[in-house]
Formats: sequence, structure tokens, C-alpha cells
Amino acid sequence: MDVHEYQAKELLSGFGVPVPKGGVAYSAEQAVYRAAEIGGDRWVVKAQIHAGARGKAGGIRLCTSDADVRLAAKELLGKTLVTVQTGPEGLPVHRLLVEQALPIERELYVGLVLDRKRERIVVVAHPHGGMEIEEIAQREPEAILREVIEPAVGMQPFQARELAFGLGLAPAQLNQAVTAIRGAYRAFRDLDATMVEINPLVATRQGEILALDVKMSFDDNALFRRPQVAELRDYAQEDPREAEAAEFGLNYVALDGDIGCIINGAGLAMATMDMIQHAGGEPANFLDIGGGASPERVAAAFKLVLSDRKVAAILVNVFAGINRCDWVAEGVVKALREIDMPVPLVVRLAGTNVEEGRRILQQSGLPILTADTLSEAATRVVTARGKALVA
Amino acid sequence: MSILLDERTPVMIQGFTGDKGTFHAKEMIAYGTNVVAGVTPGKGGTRHLDRPVFNTVKEAVTATGATATLILVPAPFCADAIMEAADAGIRVVVTITDGVPAQDMMLVKRYLWRYPKERRTRLIGPNCAGVISAGKAMMGIMPGHIYRRGAVGVVTRSGTLGYEAAAQMKALGIGVTTSVGIGGDPINGSSFVDMLALFEQDEETRAVMLIGEIGGPQEADAARFCKEHMKKPVIGYVAGLTAPKGRRMGHAGAIISAFGDTAAEKAEIMRSAGLTVAPSPSELGATVAKALAQ
Repeated sequence: MDVHEYQAKELLSGFGVPVPKGGVAYSAEQAVYRAAEIGGDRWVVKAQIHAGARGKAGGIRLCTSDADVRLAAKELLGKTLVTVQTGPEGLPVHRLLVEQALPIERELYVGLVLDRKRERIVVVAHPHGGMEIEEIAQREPEAILREVIEPAVGMQPFQARELAFGLGLAPAQLNQAVTAIRGAYRAFRDLDATMVEINPLVATRQGEILALDVKMSFDDNALFRRPQVAELRDYAQEDPREAEAAEFGLNYVALDGDIGCIINGAGLAMATMDMIQHAGGEPANFLDIGGGASPERVAAAFKLVLSDRKVAAILVNVFAGINRCDWVAEGVVKALREIDMPVPLVVRLAGTNVEEGRRILQQSGLPILTADTLSEAATRVVTARGKALVA
Repeated sequence: MSILLDERTPVMIQGFTGDKGTFHAKEMIAYGTNVVAGVTPGKGGTRHLDRPVFNTVKEAVTATGATATLILVPAPFCADAIMEAADAGIRVVVTITDGVPAQDMMLVKRYLWRYPKERRTRLIGPNCAGVISAGKAMMGIMPGHIYRRGAVGVVTRSGTLGYEAAAQMKALGIGVTTSVGIGGDPINGSSFVDMLALFEQDEETRAVMLIGEIGGPQEADAARFCKEHMKKPVIGYVAGLTAPKGRRMGHAGAIISAFGDTAAEKAEIMRSAGLTVAPSPSELGATVAKALAQ
């Protein structure tokens, strides 16, 4: 799960990471009020979306008067912001962060991630923050500072010091940077984050160290024990179908093709999508109905897939282990009795109770095409789609 | 022979008396697995499915000599269950549970290292279908009847895609020594490499089918291991050629991960390491058959 910049800053601030003075605003009036609250005569108004690269897309405005702040807020609120990280559909702006604008001396990069290879939390840092950090990592990977954290004891002060010295900070700034880095680590550990990125961490002309922009992502599997994180979820930043799918325990991702997919298991789902493409079609979605799929869940899956208007045929592929084919077949039949099926449907069942499942489908008298193997299923759905489009 | 598990292995189940535990225990017993005990804290001293139930893993091990355990407890209690099993000296822990927090797994793996190598626990999973030694025993949730006993080892991240491979092989008359689901989580107990090393030493296994997915470094590590240490043929497949690149936040992930995260890149790494790569997921069995015929 991702959170907004202002939420991440509030969380990190609670762990001692210094952040600029600022506050969230949902309206132009509130933005002006925030600016007055902060004081001074220079502010930044930042669009809050779950993606980066906002500056280049016009989502971050520098303002020097109340009128500026009001105008920036009016222009940004309600807008859909498209950045290189959002994809072409962009993300809606419903909240703004109004912050004091600071005279910046240096921009640094600090990121923490759960490294799958090392199976540890790793802190990466570089003396040059900003947008080019990925290029730098590609071009000169040895220039990236890395500290691998030992899970049994956590980050040690010397590790934060090594990073701070490596970033080339002035002696007066070292303690501040160490505090910021250690705070970010403690937040990562104690809130079950999967990523914390401070980019940039800045040194101001007054010598202060501050987290100027922050991103945090969290482990969905740990939200049950992190209610203070779970409550920050902003559904407006998620694909509505993906959010709806999650409510039913389904894992759905919309794609560009027109063959709807309902499959159990992420690996089999991906393999089936590959097979559809191999047979000359394009999948409309990834959908994993998971283990123990009840008839209700299967019915929900059908409604979800059909809510995508471009779907011209549907393939159900279930290899039952925990699932039983007869349950899945009952779910399919139940769904078809409830909804008007506007496109051809191919069902391939295999595994536990497969004969019983096939019998239920046949005896239903519903127009269901069946297949025994993966390749047969893919070929059949691609052919059925072709016929449906012609007719 | 087989790896990890055979019909003699004394197996216990953590989460034995729940609905899931009961259902899968029955299936395992019917398949021929030597299920000797179960653990449900608070239900010690009772019997379930004609087997004794204990309060702790230590008691179960002392009383029954169990050396392997299947974990079916809910995700919030999973790390605790794995560490309890390791502390009781269990050799093989198979964890089916999905939804285990990543940092729990990080600590679990660190915990397993506290024991000397001779008595270190081997963890399979979490979020996997389990382990089956075809025709002998199973610890997991797979449909046993789709596996034919034979000479091919299978190691897979995805449960259901592993079923697909086994069913395709069976249709061609090809059997399996052991099939291991290592699970799809970012941090899991055993890697492809760990299982390849076991299959290489297993006398009965003549070839290995390795089924990977997009994301993570494990397939590339496995390909390197095959090139350097495997004499037996390895047939690979990587699911997710058509999977979209995920939306992402920030740069940190890209800084950590190098080349080799996509399905196409992984398949290419496998090919250049000398593996035979199945051209499509419907040709998993046929590709194995070809490799065996050579």
C-alpha cells in the first residue's frame, strides 16, 4: 500500500526525521490558510498523488503571495496529473501539501528498501539527489553508498555515520543526518514498510537537514497490525476495479486486450495470459481468484471482468488443489444465472473433482464452451472471440 | 529415492484441528503420508483423526519422533509457528500459509541461522502448495492424483502452474520424483538453488523442471547454479511474458534490482546458461519429454 507525501512526512516526523513546516489542504481556501499558518513569503504547493516525477508534470508550484497559492491550488485540485511514473491515465489530485519554500544548498538521496536478494533492509544513498538517481545507479553503481542492516540487531549508529560521511556533509550537519537516517530506518521497521525514499534530503543555506520529498510504501500483509498505516489508504489513488476486487479477496489488474481471464493462482494466471498471446489473442486483465474460491467469489469475478467494456470473450482456467472443480463449476453456473452473459465463455477445469465439475457445467444447459488442456482453452477462446466480433 | 520427504518420514501438522488442517490432513493420510501427530495449543491430550494432539511442538517431537511439520496456521501466527518448529529440532518445515509479513520472514530466516548446520531446519514456503514425493507421501494442498511416480524433479514458485506441469507430464507418461513449491513471496525459506542442489544428489532424479515467474533474483541465481554445478538436464519456464510492468513509487527499487527482472530477460539468462526453455506453458511436458529422450 502506498501513502501520500504529506502522510509519509507525518509518519517519519514521528520518528524524528526533520521535515519542512507544512500542512495538507483540500481546498484553495484551506491552502491559503495553511500558508498563513506557516508564515514567511515563499511556499510550495504540491499535488498529492501516489507517484513521483510531479515537478516536471507541473504538479509542484512555487508561490510568493496568497493570490499565487490560491491560484496554484485552484489549478491543481481536481486535475488529473500524468507523470512518467503514473502511466498515461494519470492520477487525480484531491489533496495538496502546502509547505515553506526553503533556500537549498545541496540535494542528497537516501532510500531504504527490502532487498529480496539479501533478504535484509538495505539503505542506499548518493551525494546527488533528484531525478537522475536511476541513471547514476546504472552508469556508476559503485558510486551508490549501501548499508545492509542486520535484522537481529537493527541499524547501528556507525552505519548511519558511514552514510552521512559518505554523503560529504559538513561536520555541523552530521548529527542531523544521522538522526534522519536512523529515524527513517526505525519507521521502516516499526511500520512494516517495504520502501522509504527521501529524495531529496536537503541541506539548507542555514545548515539545516530536512526531508524535502518523501515516499513510503507498506507491506499489505502487515496492515493487520499497523492500523495507523491502514487508515491512511486513499482509494481515489487506486484503480476502482482493483480496489473492488480486493474487497472480494481477488487480485485484479486491468490490461489492454479483450480476452477476460479468471484463473486460480498468480503463476497459472500469468502462464494462461502468455498462452492467450501465443494463440494470437491479448488478455484484458490479470485476475487471480486465489485458493478456496467460493461460488460467490467466482460470481464476483465474472462481474468484475465484464465491467470492462472491451472484453469480447472470457476464459476461466482453474487447476484445483484447495479449490474443488465442482465448487468452481457451481460458481460459474450461479454467475451465469444471475448475469446476462454478453460474450462467449470458455471454461477449462482440472484437478480435484474434475469429472464432477465438468458434469455440472454440461448439465446446466448453459452455452459454455469447455476445454481439457491449456492450449485447447487458449485456442478456443481466441477463436470464439473472433467469431463474436464478426457476428 | 526422492527429496525432503518419503512414505516413512514422520510428519506432524501445526494447525491440525482447524477446518483447513482437518481437510488437508485427511488428504495427506489418504495419500499414504505418515502423519503421526498434530499441535494445537490448548488441545493437548486429545485425539484428532486418530492421531494424538499436543500443546507444543517439543512435546509432539518427544512423544512421536516427528521430523517434518506442515504449517497451516493463520498468517499473523506463522513466524512464531516456524520458529517453534525449528527450536524443537524439526528438520523440514513446509509452510502453506499466505499473507505472512515480509519482515517476519526476514527475522525467521535470521532465526534459523542460529542453529549449527547439522541440525538446521529446512524451510519450504510460505505461500506455497507444499511438497509431494509422487506415490509416496505429500505435505501440502495439491491434488495428489495428478502426479505420476517417475524420474523428474519439479521446483516451482507457483502452486497451480506446478500442477499444470505435473498433469502435462503425466499425460505423456512422465513421472515425478518430488515436486516442491517454494512459494511466491519476496522472502521465502528455500530457493530454487537449494532444491536444485538436492535434486542433483538424488539418485532417482534424472532431470529437473524449474518453473519461475517475473520479479526477484532467484531464477537468474538458479541458471548460474545449473551452469556451474548441475550435471542433470534442467528444463526451465518463466511465466509472465505478457505481464505489465507494475506501477511504481520512486527510484529505490530500480537502484537495488539489476537486469533480469522480466520474464523475457529471465528466459534469456536460462538459455545462455544452457537450460532448455519451454516455448509456451502448454509445452512444459513436451519439452521435458524431449530433454529426457536426448
